[in-house]
Amino acid sequence: MTFLRSSRTALLLLALGGAGTVVRSQQPAPSTPPPPQQSEVRVEITNESGQPPKFAVPDFVAASTDADSVAAAKLVGEVLWNDLDFEREFYLIPRDTYSSIPPAKSLTDVPFDRWKELGADGLVIGSVQKTPDGNMRVVVRLFQVRSQQSVFSREYTGPASNPRFFAHTISDEIHQNQRALRGVARTRLTFSSDRDRERVTNTVENRQVKEIYISDYDGANQRRVTVNRTLNITPTWSPDGRAIAYTSYRRGFPDLFISLIFEGTLQNPTASKGQNWLPAWSPDGTQIAFTSNRDGNPELYVMNRDGSNVRRITNNPAIDTTPTWSPTGQQIAFTSDRSGGPQVYVMGADGLNIRRISTDSNCDRATWSPAPFNELAFVCRTGGGYDIKIWDFEKAEMRQITNGEGSNESPAYSPNGKHLAFTSTRSGKAQIYTVGRDGRGIRQITKVGNNYFPDWSR
Amino acid sequence: MNRWLSLRSAVVLLLVLGAVACGKKQPPIARPIPPPPPTSTPVTPPPEPPPPTAEPTPAPTPVTVPEDSIASRSLDEINKNSPLKPVFFALDASEIDQVGQQALTTNADLLKRYPSWQISIEGHCDERGTAEYNLALGERRAIAARNYLVSLGISADRVKTVSYGKEFPFDAGHTEDAWSKNRRAHFVVTAK
Repeated sequence: MTFLRSSRTALLLLALGGAGTVVRSQQPAPSTPPPPQQSEVRVEITNESGQPPKFAVPDFVAASTDADSVAAAKLVGEVLWNDLDFEREFYLIPRDTYSSIPPAKSLTDVPFDRWKELGADGLVIGSVQKTPDGNMRVVVRLFQVRSQQSVFSREYTGPASNPRFFAHTISDEIHQNQRALRGVARTRLTFSSDRDRERVTNTVENRQVKEIYISDYDGANQRRVTVNRTLNITPTWSPDGRAIAYTSYRRGFPDLFISLIFEGTLQNPTASKGQNWLPAWSPDGTQIAFTSNRDGNPELYVMNRDGSNVRRITNNPAIDTTPTWSPTGQQIAFTSDRSGGPQVYVMGADGLNIRRISTDSNCDRATWSPAPFNELAFVCRTGGGYDIKIWDFEKAEMRQITNGEGSNESPAYSPNGKHLAFTSTRSGKAQIYTVGRDGRGIRQITKVGNNYFPDWSR
Repeated sequence: MNRWLSLRSAVVLLLVLGAVACGKKQPPIARPIPPPPPTSTPVTPPPEPPPPTAEPTPAPTPVTVPEDSIASRSLDEINKNSPLKPVFFALDASEIDQVGQQALTTNADLLKRYPSWQISIEGHCDERGTAEYNLALGERRAIAARNYLVSLGISADRVKTVSYGKEFPFDAGHTEDAWSKNRRAHFVVTAK
């Protein structure tokens, strides 16, 4: 294995690590199961007419008058509204309809009659305060409006540099508390972008570099990870979220690299044995499937993440490429043109029991949903471009979630399986979007340059 | 011819001077012989020099002149206006048609003429395939072009391949014309 040092990456990710780890709930660390709440009985907020419960999230109140706290209080409320709206477990009442309702004077003095009048079933209020050591303290309550009962109460302290992360944490914990759902507010995306408009060196052609970027799930905090001024594509998060494996042409041909983004180090597990591209992590993070031409034609291989124990799992004169693992790690879906055009197939991780899934003309980039869903998303050519289709293994049926708006490619599931990120040209340039697995709730994530190959952190 | 004459007279002069120089060291032995009596027969003049002919021009060799200009160019200059012709492909295909075979035959001739050249064949695709599959399709196009060159006697060691899929289109347009330009095996000279 080759190790390269990248001080810029290290610096970048120190900053990220700060945002990602320093905000501490006063609850126990999430890795240990939370103890039962002594002061709260778990109450699920419902809507009396059987609709999704209606939630209101007014601006948080700044408990101190400094400009940072005032700005942070407003931002936390806005971001939290968006985060809760994203999962579509609740109906989020538009914020402009309650701008006239006065902010709560304290967490125990809430104008519940006004919120009831608005039709809110749940109300999230909170306060933001700068602490003497320069940190930020956020207190939050979720009330059931009908009973005026606090059903969720938390307090967080952490660095004031990234107020959005407080909102994301609150959203994830409310989803966990109310819906036993793993929200995605603290997850991240990675993708490849040509936004820097830098020219590839060592060629007389005018070619734009593509570099790897990461961002929050909602597109905030977009940061560049690679700085090698070549083609860097198909990034994919390690399951522990600490590394990104991707295809880079930094040596003049495609090869696999793993950027350990918190350590700022770089590994090259395939060590330029042949040409290698499209890495896919096994669900436990110990293995990587990838495409290689090392035996003369594109075939699929699996190796340990350190590059050892490489074994070939396809053997066909046709192209075999674009692997993705099933959530159990027992199966791999991939693309092959053994029947003529490219189609999606599934096989055991040992390469046996190959069966074809797609039937449209020209399909590619399968991505396996996490549990509890059991489905495979991929794209198929429909008319001039591509659309995302989803094969449901249980129902043995196909559904389509984009419908001819631009060309739609490279779908990637969110870790809870409820959403997909993908590339679309619907607004002209290629941009990253997210959409629900039912095709609803589309959001544009990137706006600068062209952006491709999204992958969603676990 | 004139140069020969002047050279000979120079040699004669040197000999005469040498004789004179040597003669100074030794006393003369014989008396000078009187000149021969004039003959009646007139001395025939030396033959006229042949009429001046134009300098013989070397036979025109249009092949070698551009060759020399290629050989003297830098790699960037060669690749900017490459003498190696691209091979174009049909949609979703990596078969080399007759036009492509002609281009590769021309390229093979050039590579035989410049046996030190190393090349890279880039496989490119149009935007109508998916980005992921196109990485493999471009690879197959590049390999198809390399295999044909090898079949024409070019050593495989001289030819690397790399696929760029649809990442680096030659024409950014979204027309059939643009697509047909982007489905290609593109040749780059990497060493000479």
